[in-house]
Amino acid sequence: MWHFHKWFERHSLILVVGILLVVSIGGLVQITPLFFIESTIEEVKGVRPYTPLELKGREIYVREGCYVCHSQMVRPLRDEVERYGHYSLAAESMYDHPFQWGSKRTGPDLARVGGRYSDEWHRAHLADPRSMVPESVMPPYAFLDAKDLRTDDITNHLRVNAMLKVPYTKEQIENADADLRAQADPDSDAATAFEVRYPTVKPRSYDGDAARLTEMDALIAYLQMLGAGVDFSTYQADAPENQR
Amino acid sequence: MNSRQTTSDVGYAPLAIGLILVLGTALTIWGAARTQDGPFAIQMYTALAAFVVGIFALVRAYILPNEETVRTRYEDGVVKAGVIASTFWGIAGLLVGVIIALQLSFPTIFYFEDFGWTNFGRLRPLHTSAVIFAFGGNVLIATSFYVVQRTCRARLAGGPWAWFVFWGYQLFILLAGTGYLLGITEGREYAEPSWYVDIWLTLVWVAYLLVFLGTIWKREEKHIYVANWFYLAFIVTIAMLHIINNLALPVSFAGSFSYSAFSGVQDALTQWWYGHNAVGFFLTAGFLAIMYYFIPKQADRPVYSYRLSIIHFWALIFLYIWAGPHHLHYTALPMWAQTLGATFSIMLWMPSWGGMINGLMTLSGAWDKLRTDPVLRMLVVSVAFYGMSTFEGPVMSIRAVNSLSHYTDWTIGHVHSGALGWVGFVSFGALYCLTPWLWKRERLYSTALVEWHFWIATLGIVLYITSMWVAGVMQGLMWRAYNELGFLEYSFVESVEAMHPYYIIRAVGGLLYLIGALLMAYNLWRTARGDAPAAVTVRPNAAPAAVAAE
Repeated sequence: MWHFHKWFERHSLILVVGILLVVSIGGLVQITPLFFIESTIEEVKGVRPYTPLELKGREIYVREGCYVCHSQMVRPLRDEVERYGHYSLAAESMYDHPFQWGSKRTGPDLARVGGRYSDEWHRAHLADPRSMVPESVMPPYAFLDAKDLRTDDITNHLRVNAMLKVPYTKEQIENADADLRAQADPDSDAATAFEVRYPTVKPRSYDGDAARLTEMDALIAYLQMLGAGVDFSTYQADAPENQR
Repeated sequence: MNSRQTTSDVGYAPLAIGLILVLGTALTIWGAARTQDGPFAIQMYTALAAFVVGIFALVRAYILPNEETVRTRYEDGVVKAGVIASTFWGIAGLLVGVIIALQLSFPTIFYFEDFGWTNFGRLRPLHTSAVIFAFGGNVLIATSFYVVQRTCRARLAGGPWAWFVFWGYQLFILLAGTGYLLGITEGREYAEPSWYVDIWLTLVWVAYLLVFLGTIWKREEKHIYVANWFYLAFIVTIAMLHIINNLALPVSFAGSFSYSAFSGVQDALTQWWYGHNAVGFFLTAGFLAIMYYFIPKQADRPVYSYRLSIIHFWALIFLYIWAGPHHLHYTALPMWAQTLGATFSIMLWMPSWGGMINGLMTLSGAWDKLRTDPVLRMLVVSVAFYGMSTFEGPVMSIRAVNSLSHYTDWTIGHVHSGALGWVGFVSFGALYCLTPWLWKRERLYSTALVEWHFWIATLGIVLYITSMWVAGVMQGLMWRAYNELGFLEYSFVESVEAMHPYYIIRAVGGLLYLIGALLMAYNLWRTARGDAPAAVTVRPNAAPAAVAAE
């Protein structure tokens, strides 16, 4: 039997093809079904694509590497459900390109941080984490408050997401720039139009200064919607269609 | 032979490389001119500068009249460059590691409000990429170029392509690393480099595969040596993982931000299929190749078992690729995928230990050398650490254990027992072997310094992993602790506070490890510079073991 191994040892291309075949199997068996088995992602009400401002906030979340210390995946364990809220559903990250589940909790999980603290708390905490939580080891992000949000590319952001099958409507893409500003400027006329396109989102000034759109606005808008979409008072985890 | 002959020998390679560089120049000028994105412009200018320097270097080497060059039996220049680059990036990566360890220990001292780019979130990918891809990658490229030539008795194929691989890889590191500081990332662990950096790496990697395979095709040995199987598996599989995992759509071709082609649960599994096999094929298969060449060589004994190496090879590469889902226990990933991942992770224990046994037993009949040869000791201890962390890994992939260990510093401890103990030590051992071989010295400048390096670094590893074990288990237990009334006993921040002493011990451990690497750099530099005697054919026995170092 050992005799046959000489084919691999004497012919480099046979060796390369052998390697490729052997290392392909695992991925094919594990990953490809996830794209085809419908029960991989359960159907729930309340999960929607990000608003332009939230999408920008998410870009900052990714840029600053928040995922290296904060997970966004509550596991179905008693203590986690009590600490953070209902365990995370696959559907809740179905529009996340890339996913931000994380792998380490140097800080707490953020999957359900939305609505848990006030905007003012987030602003003070991001600017100087130890002013709110003295024992914290989080870096300070005061510079977000000083940086104007880049807005000129927002239409492209939505367009690329739409190409990746995130269900943005034509109106949402066309009005992305107006919606981006409107969400942080509640008294503007555009805010009314924004609410028609994103009925579950209430515009408000996240950083306390409606006149200026900063990176702080965007990041807080993103944090405040995390995990707040699904209404778990009506979600039935035990229903057969939700069993996987 | 003169340079003209060398030129004809390499055919159209300089022309093809020149075309790539010119095209790169044009694209980076276009990118820099078009972009609205400041950090992206800096990246384009960086790459532009590299391409222009590359064009000048190419012109100097192949068009301008050249002095007569001596064509050596083997192409060792690029391996020497690799030894230097490995040492440099190793120290850089370890230094960033110490800095971020200090940030978590003393946040009020090591964070700077005015320099947001030095925050933990940006430096941590810099650390991981610097040690894995910059240090580890350079060690792998350098050793593979050395080993494939010797075991095939053939000069590296492709002439200047090997240098293209070397410098192209350095450019990849430079763009990725400066990108993180500028806030350019794809936001997935160990796959952070941006879309255009990924494309560049793909190009460099294909050239790497062809240089390696081309050398094998030129071989004068009938059989391909076992180390080369592992190198090939590493190169081929990393190409597959890299290309599939990094499929993404950029927001603009003149901008850095991109959206992963996959989302949510599919993205998570694709990423950990990649992530775990970056460990499996970059940090394991590649470094096992080092084990299979350098340990027999340094111990002057043949590999323990040929049959075991065949089983080791095929079983390892087949099983590893399945293990990714153990990073996603209890998440929204379907249960069947989690179970498959855990099952294969446990099975993986067998080939891992088979390989460890094959490496350790190679010492049969030469165990006494461990007393006198600290380089061999470093190589052997690295294999012992390999055995330890490949036992710990399967344990942690068991769902019940994982429910405690996941998200905690236990994972960080586990990774570092593999990274510092296995990858670090086997690399240091290889560098200690290569430097006297390449620079034609009889031995290293100082064996005593290697002893110091070994013991300081070992102490560092012990401090690092024990503190992280204690910290991790403690975190996990605090998070799930209930008081007598049935409420959660600790708030999250109490677990953060409890980490403080362990984070300090960890930083000290990392610092010791860095000091060891600095000693190595000094020793290698003195060796290469010629402060160690030149190699002679007959070894004078009982050479003074340690010429008092300074």
